[in-house]
Amino acid sequence: MVDSLAYTPQITLEFEIGEKDFFVAGECASRVKKTLQQLGLKQDVIKRIAIIIYEAAMNVAIHATSGRLVVHVEPDAITIRTEDVGAGIEDIDLAMKEGYSTASYEIREMGFGAGMGLSNIKQCSDDLNIESRVGVGTTLNARVFFSDERRHEGA
Amino acid sequence: MGGITVHREGMMNVRELAEVLGLEVLTGETNMDRPVRSGYTSDLLSDVIANIGDDAVWITIQRHVNILGVAKLKDVSAIIIPRKLDLEGSFLEKAKQEGIAVLRGTSSAFELSALVYERLKRG
Repeated sequence: MVDSLAYTPQITLEFEIGEKDFFVAGECASRVKKTLQQLGLKQDVIKRIAIIIYEAAMNVAIHATSGRLVVHVEPDAITIRTEDVGAGIEDIDLAMKEGYSTASYEIREMGFGAGMGLSNIKQCSDDLNIESRVGVGTTLNARVFFSDERRHEGA
Repeated sequence: MGGITVHREGMMNVRELAEVLGLEVLTGETNMDRPVRSGYTSDLLSDVIANIGDDAVWITIQRHVNILGVAKLKDVSAIIIPRKLDLEGSFLEKAKQEGIAVLRGTSSAFELSALVYERLKRG
């Protein structure tokens, strides 16, 4: 298990996420998880990254008409970015509140849209930035450092 | 990670858990030798993603294929469906493809949780 990678892999993984494509979120997260396991990252860091990817991709699938996920692995950190075309978020602070959700009844009935996505992402990220325009779309950038020291130093 | 088949003494695997609790196995031999160390009961996927433990059985009434993405990501040992609820063939096919065991009981999620908990505590 390592805190930073000995070589500079600079891996970029990209995934397209379609509207209501709920299965792809798990697929994206599983694929990245596997890559990070091969790189020998610590289990708890991988877990946090997988949660961010799953929730971010799920948000795109639930709320956007189209979007993509880009994961960029650097020697000491990972950046997770989603960009979507869709409804956008009216009030980001409110959206961050656990339990707040604008998901439809159908989506909630499937066990999604419980209003925990963004708060889960926030909890797992070392640095999180969300930009959104109502009726246009949302861009989310989350960063996770591999070592605890870097983590506490902040971005 | 996936496909651990080492069975240490005193540790329960999916097959034994299914046997002792009288659970129906719906996915044949898929993942039956995986150890079971913990369990989690929830129908909210964000809750499961954030809180399910390692080598866990997941008790849920959700039965759409999308939950298999969560099960795979969290590398669950098995999914347990309560109250003999109906399952679609396509769900079970996909579960087999993804290497996830699906079990089903006649009891409620509450009762199943208690039974699994009691078994795991006993070791």
